[in-house]
Amino acid sequence: MKVVFERPSALSDKQTHYCPGCTHGIIHRLVAEAIDELDVREKTIGVASVGCSVLAYEYFNCDMQQAAHGRAPAVATGIKRVHPDKVVFTYQGDGDLASIGMAEIVHAAARGEKITTIFVNNTIYGMTGGQMAPTSLVGQKTTTSPYGRNPEHCGYPIRIAELLSTLQGAVSVARVSVHDVPNIIKAKKAIKKAFEVQLSGAGFSIVEVLSTCPTNWGKPPLEALNWLKENMIPYYPLGEYRTPEEVK
Amino acid sequence: MAKQLMKGNEAIGEAAIQAGCRYFFGYPITPQNEVPEYMSRRLPEVGGVFLQAESEVAAINMVYGAAGAGARVMTSSSSPGISLKQEGISYIAGSELPCVIINIIRGGPGLGGIQPAQSDYFQATKGGGHGDYNLFVFAPASVQEMVDLIMESFDIADYYRNPVMIMGDGTLGQMMEPVEFKAIKKRDLPPKDWATTGCVGREHNIINSLALVAENLEKHNWKLQEKYKQMKENEQRWELYKTEDAELVMVAYGTTARIVKSVVNKLREQGIKAGLLRPITIFPYPEKAFALLPDSVKAFLTVEMSAGQMVQDVRLAVNGKRPVHFCGRTGGIIPTPAEITKVAMEIMGGER
Repeated sequence: MKVVFERPSALSDKQTHYCPGCTHGIIHRLVAEAIDELDVREKTIGVASVGCSVLAYEYFNCDMQQAAHGRAPAVATGIKRVHPDKVVFTYQGDGDLASIGMAEIVHAAARGEKITTIFVNNTIYGMTGGQMAPTSLVGQKTTTSPYGRNPEHCGYPIRIAELLSTLQGAVSVARVSVHDVPNIIKAKKAIKKAFEVQLSGAGFSIVEVLSTCPTNWGKPPLEALNWLKENMIPYYPLGEYRTPEEVK
Repeated sequence: MAKQLMKGNEAIGEAAIQAGCRYFFGYPITPQNEVPEYMSRRLPEVGGVFLQAESEVAAINMVYGAAGAGARVMTSSSSPGISLKQEGISYIAGSELPCVIINIIRGGPGLGGIQPAQSDYFQATKGGGHGDYNLFVFAPASVQEMVDLIMESFDIADYYRNPVMIMGDGTLGQMMEPVEFKAIKKRDLPPKDWATTGCVGREHNIINSLALVAENLEKHNWKLQEKYKQMKENEQRWELYKTEDAELVMVAYGTTARIVKSVVNKLREQGIKAGLLRPITIFPYPEKAFALLPDSVKAFLTVEMSAGQMVQDVRLAVNGKRPVHFCGRTGGIIPTPAEITKVAMEIMGGER
C-alpha cells in the first residue's frame, strides 16, 4: 500500500502537551518536514526554550538542548561554534525571545551567527497562564493587562522581524502565519529556506511565525485563527524582510 | 618545559589551553581582563574559538551550549559578573555539564570595588544559584598552583560531569610569578556519549535540567548528592604547615594563606606554637585535615579577606571542640601580618 501521509522522521512518536487548537503542533511539523527534506536530521542540534515549547526536546527527534529563559541563541552559539558543520536551530516563543531574551537574539543576529531561529509569536505568555507579552497588541486583554494593553502605561508591541532586519548579520528574516492552508504552505517554504541559508553559511536566519493561543485568548480554535488574521497580520505584516540576495 | 614569568590571569589562559580547552566565552570585567585578552590572542593559534559575549549571562549560556556539545570550555569573570552567571551555572550543574569557571574575586557587595577580596566564598561553596547543587571549588595560593589546578580541573569536570570553579582574587590574577606547565596525572575519563554531536546511528541525546515529575527530580537530586559525597570522600585537598606541635592553628586559603604563613613564622619566633591549615579545595571542604591535627591545639584562628565566611566551615569541622576565632579585612583590603599577629597574640594570652 502506498504511504500518502506519515510523521516526519524528525518528529518523535510522542503525544504533545499542547492545548487543543494550538498551532505549535503545525509549526513543529513544518520544522521537522524541512529537516527531513534537507536530509539533515542526524546533523541537527535543536535548542528548546522556556515557555510552551519548553518540552520541544521531547518532540524533535534530533539532538536537543534545553536552554534557560531567553538564552537559546547563546546556547545555540556555543553549540555552533563547537560544531560549525552541524545545523543548529532555536525554537522560541515571544516571551522568551522578545522580552527576557532580547539581548541574546539581537547579538546572535548581529554576529551573523550561523543558526536558524523559529520564533513563534502568539502575543501572550502561554505556559504561565496568559500574561501580557512584549508582542501583545494594543488593547489586548491578558491576565496582567486586564483592562487591555494600554500603550501609555506599557508601550507598544515589538515587531521583531522588522527590528532584526536592520542588522547586517541577519541575512534571512521572514514573517509568516499558520492561520490557513495557503499560509501554512508559505510558512513551510520560509522555514526550509531559513535552514538552507544556514547550510549555505551566509549568516543568521529567522522565521517569525504568527501563531494562536486559543486557551489563553479565551477563544475556540477557529475563532482564534480568525482573530490572528484580522488583528495580528495588520500589525505584524507578513513577508520577507531580508533575504541573502538583498544582503549581497 | 622551563619556568617562565607570567601574570596570573595570562597563566590561567595558557593552563586552560594546555589542558585541551579550545573554547572560551567571556565578557570584560576588572580585574580579570587579561584572561579573555590572552584567550583572544592564543585560541585562534591552536584552532580554538574565543568569543566575547554580549553579557556574562550570554557567556555562561554559550558555555552551556559548548559543554553540552562535548567541548572543553571555560569562562572567567569577577564577582559582579559571576553573580550574573549564577543562572547559567545552576542549569549547567543541573544538566551535569563539565566546564571550568574562573572567579578573580573583587570586593563587594554590589559593584563593590576592584581590589582583591575573598567575599564570594559563600556563593562559590554553598551553591550560588538556585537548587541543591555544588560546584567543585579550588582555591589556589600561587600562580603555579593555579596553573596546576586549572590543568587538572578540566579532567575533574569531565570525571564528575560537574562545573569546577577556580576561586582566585585580584592579587593572584594581577601578580607575576614564575610558572611551569607540567603534564598532569591523567584520570580515566568516561566517553562523552551524552553530548549533542548529531544523532548519527543512535537515539537523540538531550541536555536538560527540567523534570516536571517531582519524583524524577528528587531522584535526580539524590544522584547529584551522591556525586558530591564522592567528591567529599575522594577529593579533599589541603596543606598543613608547622601544625605538628601547634597550639594555635590558623586557617586561611588563597592569597591570605601566604600572608598567614609568614605570620606563623613570626609567631614561632616569639614563642607561640602556631601552624597553618590551608584548604586547597573549598568544596569539598577539607574536613579530614582537622582530624589530623595534634591534641596540642588549643584554638583556631580563621583569616579571610571577607567579613567571615569560611569561618563557618571551620566551626563545622572543629565541631565545638576548640574555640574558633576570626580575623578579616573586607572591601578590598589585604590584612597585614602585623594585624593578624596582634589578634593571634591576644588569643594566646599576649606576649611571652
